[in-house]
Amino acid sequence: MLRYTYLYMRSVPRVTEVFFWPLMDLLVWGYVTVYLQRVGGISGSANAFMFLLGAMIFWDILYRAQQGVTLSFLEDVWSRNLLNVFVSPVRVGEFVLATYIVGLVRIAITVGVLAGLAYALYSFNLFSLGMSLLPFFANLLLIGWALGMVTTALIMRWGQAAEALAWGVPFLIQPVAAVFYPLDVLPGWLQPVALSIPATHVFEGMRQVLRGDGVSAASLTAAFALNAIYLVAGALFFRYMFGVARRRGLLAKLGTQ
Amino acid sequence: MLGCECMSETVVEVEHLRKEFNGTVAVADVSFTVKRGEIVGVLGPNGAGKTTTIQVLLGLTTPTSGSVRVFGMELEPHRCEILQRCNFCSAYTALPANLKVRENLRVSAGLYGVANAAAKMDQLLSLFEISHLKNKVTGQLSSGESTRVNLCKALLNDPELLLLDEPTASLDPNIADKVRKLLRRIQREQGITMIYTSHNMRDVEEVCDRVLFLHKGRIIAEGTPAEVIAKFHQKSLEEVFITVARSGDLLEEEL
Repeated sequence: MLRYTYLYMRSVPRVTEVFFWPLMDLLVWGYVTVYLQRVGGISGSANAFMFLLGAMIFWDILYRAQQGVTLSFLEDVWSRNLLNVFVSPVRVGEFVLATYIVGLVRIAITVGVLAGLAYALYSFNLFSLGMSLLPFFANLLLIGWALGMVTTALIMRWGQAAEALAWGVPFLIQPVAAVFYPLDVLPGWLQPVALSIPATHVFEGMRQVLRGDGVSAASLTAAFALNAIYLVAGALFFRYMFGVARRRGLLAKLGTQ
Repeated sequence: MLGCECMSETVVEVEHLRKEFNGTVAVADVSFTVKRGEIVGVLGPNGAGKTTTIQVLLGLTTPTSGSVRVFGMELEPHRCEILQRCNFCSAYTALPANLKVRENLRVSAGLYGVANAAAKMDQLLSLFEISHLKNKVTGQLSSGESTRVNLCKALLNDPELLLLDEPTASLDPNIADKVRKLLRRIQREQGITMIYTSHNMRDVEEVCDRVLFLHKGRIIAEGTPAEVIAKFHQKSLEEVFITVARSGDLLEEEL
């Protein structure tokens, strides 16, 4: 944790990265929505901002949570510091927990800035929904962490050749997770797949809250239950891959590349 | 040098260590012990199994078979307890380049739970004559300065066992000489046990009490540098090294 505090205090590019991409997304999606409203492409235009900007901000929480875990690991690979970490008495669980906390702090800052800008630019107040958003935030964090563990485990196993996964893995689920459109837009055969992803229940639930229909207990229960499964599976996968990496001498290889 | 009583305690005990990577044998059968306060050099040509042996001792790689005991404890189930009392310095690892020296040392001290970290950092920086670098960004240091910062990091937790992987590899002769003398001094004053790998035979002759000569994953000679030189009928460890590298298979049969 201390290391990342120093890193972010020292590095302008890293601080910028926390804000830059989310800000670009917010501007693009915000103005796309404005344009679609003008040409009458979105029915129920009062909700258009809410759905698209809400989805964009929510997606960013998931994405940043995953990145928090994976990029923290990659930072140590890039700086050839990985061995210094893994030959210290730090347990793997403690290492992973630290990456969760780094992700959480990054998200808190990013969401705060995005919510402020969304209000300033588009009069969209994310926090007007109050406490009902918190369980959704929590679920998105859990999905991001589970994906982060899987991505990091894959990088540990396949080395720097698999680095692109750090940015690519979340986008594998995006098309089927009903992020920017409702579940019923997807073809029937794809909907069971979508429903097996916790993010689908979060985004469906978010739209329901934004429509003013209240929090769907069913959506939240499904999201929490699926997340519990994916987190345990992610942790087991990470542990297994860590064992494989030690058996094959991959940690040492990755740490000195 | 430490007293006999201290030197008699076994810190590292490796028995029939074997490590294969996908059927390729990196370490065939290695057994050795290291007593408290000893500096043991692990030598051998590329591919001899030195680095793999060190990686196993650090818990980075699991052995295919054999046992490794450190401080009287089996390595695998007591990995964290053992690592708390060890440290590591390698020419092939680095501290994050964008952090200042004092920040890197502070973070490393945190990983080992070092009490009174600031005072310990100051003491080590002064010992290695690099106090003036404390507020410098690590990425801006020369290789000699970086090595000395890495050594400070490796001594932060007052390790009982220090593993050094070619610590002088990127140093000019002057700094390398200073580092060798410092390591020897630290070992004398603090009684730290050290396992040292190097391709620089002068390093080894000057620093190590005992050497293990590895060839194709086996120890083919063991003893003080003078004993090993005599065993191979050569004049220096460097000549021994060249002989082993060029005709190790024949020598292995003879020995």
